Amino acid sequence: MPREKKKSYFINFVGVLAVFLLLAALFESNILGSRTNYVKGICTTACYTIIMVASLNLLTGFMGEFSLGHAGFMSVGAYASAIFTGFLPETGIPDFLVFLMALIIGGIAAAVAGVLVGIPALRLRGDYLCIVTVAFAEIIRVAFCNFDITGGGRTLSGIRSLSNFYWCFWVMVVCVALMYMYVRSRFGRTVTAIREDYIAASASGINVTYYKVLTFTFSAFFAGVAGAIYAHYMTAMIPTNFSFMYSSEFLTEVIIGGTGSLTGSVIGAAFLSALPELMRQFSTYRMLMYSVVLILVMIFRPGGIFGTWEFSLARLLKKGPQKKKRTGGVVHE
Amino acid sequence: MALSLFLQSLVNGLNQGAIYALIALGYTMVYGIIRMINFAHGDFIMVGSYTLFYTVPLMINAGMPAFLAVFAAIAVCVAVGVAVEVIAYRPVRNAGSMSALITALAMSVFLENLAMVLFGASPKSIATIFTLPTFQFLGATLQLKYLLTLGIGIAMMIALQLFVKKTRLGKAMRAVPQDKEASVLVGIHVNKIITITFAIGSGLAAVAALMYCATYPRATMDMGSMMGLKAFIAAVLGGIGIIPGAMLGGLVVGLIEIFVKVYIAPGWYEAITYGILIVVLLVKPAGILGKNVGEKV
Repeated sequence: MPREKKKSYFINFVGVLAVFLLLAALFESNILGSRTNYVKGICTTACYTIIMVASLNLLTGFMGEFSLGHAGFMSVGAYASAIFTGFLPETGIPDFLVFLMALIIGGIAAAVAGVLVGIPALRLRGDYLCIVTVAFAEIIRVAFCNFDITGGGRTLSGIRSLSNFYWCFWVMVVCVALMYMYVRSRFGRTVTAIREDYIAASASGINVTYYKVLTFTFSAFFAGVAGAIYAHYMTAMIPTNFSFMYSSEFLTEVIIGGTGSLTGSVIGAAFLSALPELMRQFSTYRMLMYSVVLILVMIFRPGGIFGTWEFSLARLLKKGPQKKKRTGGVVHE
Repeated sequence: MALSLFLQSLVNGLNQGAIYALIALGYTMVYGIIRMINFAHGDFIMVGSYTLFYTVPLMINAGMPAFLAVFAAIAVCVAVGVAVEVIAYRPVRNAGSMSALITALAMSVFLENLAMVLFGASPKSIATIFTLPTFQFLGATLQLKYLLTLGIGIAMMIALQLFVKKTRLGKAMRAVPQDKEASVLVGIHVNKIITITFAIGSGLAAVAALMYCATYPRATMDMGSMMGLKAFIAAVLGGIGIIPGAMLGGLVVGLIEIFVKVYIAPGWYEAITYGILIVVLLVKPAGILGKNVGEKV
């Protein structure tokens, strides 16, 4: 790894750590008094929303295809991890390890679903692919409504409450960093090439289907991780939570934040998940406002608010043309 | 007993299918012209149903037949459809299919949430629209209004097909998707044609709303999205952009849904419908009546 790169990773890590310490100080010093837990809850919500939105942005922004069924993958991760922790007796295993295992199991389950959905679905493109992902998400929902192990259409409750904000923050940072590295890797460049012109890409010897399925699976994995956090934060869930509307909410956040900008996804998701809490009395108008903003964004700024721009702490410090984004953490500033 | 159950399912399936077909006709019209999935089409049904909720009692009070309320619904739906097209879809038309799709999705979310703000989240029950006799036939109950739904569906299909194939306007409608620039050159107002298409599609949605409300007399804010999705499946199954295909697809989806619900697995019927869509798109993306067209490089 070149020294430049190492240095910028280090700078970014320090930045993330600073945000973390700031938030930790905020919560631990009890400045917020009785509202501490409430604000912590919002921040946890923001964490899994960020993972979801960023993972969807991998597909929408970098691969140029949409999935309107991302909530389906989230539900696979959520149910798989909840069933896993449900079977695990409360023995001596530390909570943190259980949480990590749940995340990985949720991610792997969703990734498997991603491969199964991706291989047939990714032969299609554009609006047909979009409809097929909706169809798959609905099939997953119907299946979870019928299986006994997932509650058989009733609420699955009594999931262990493991999603603690401090852990979720780092999980989020790791997830966003991994996604960022994927996008900037050889794979990411290949995927961008496919987005720009898939015929030209396949003519230059790129196996289009392979890279598409790979990216889809990668994205589904993170959706599963987000689902696992969701399950162990909410501690109760019902398959109908993961509906078409929930998926389209994530897509809305991706588009408003900026397709092709992980910074946009992080800021957009954090802002939009805190917004409804800040203005509770307007909660009925929330989705109405989202949709109006979305239409305006599509008309006046089709690339989203941030376009493909990425925030970089290293660049900010140096004011040089160095390309590097601070992974995560930008959230709460 | 077995025969009467079969007949009853057949009748119910055809009725369900005819409703899907009416919605699918609107989808196919719009997709056929501008190659865009109008996600908000299902929500036009919702708009129509709420209009019926308010106008049907008015019609009954005025001593007129309740079904005349459909004309008010058609007027409202056409107005909403044209407004959606002009305000939201026209500005993004040249920005690519992705922008169009997102705008359509946003419009769908907007209409649903607007309905929630205006009418509340609780379902509204609509007064009886048709008071038609029912028959007993080999132990199955055959409602005349079911036949009416099917009849209206087929009549609409034939009328649309004639309109698109035989009239000057219809010819212009077929020309636009083939080559937009060339259509402009031969003097077709592309924007006007697209707006007219939307008006027709939304008017069809109002008729579909009437027949839907005759069978299931309630209006909810989210009734449109899932109905719309299933009608879209029907349109794809029959071959999207092809008018008789929408009818055929609608009937097939309706029959499959009811038969799976009655005979195979009641909890799984929706999964089966979506499964069919996936299989069709993978095996023959052009649909039952469609022709495969290669892609231009």
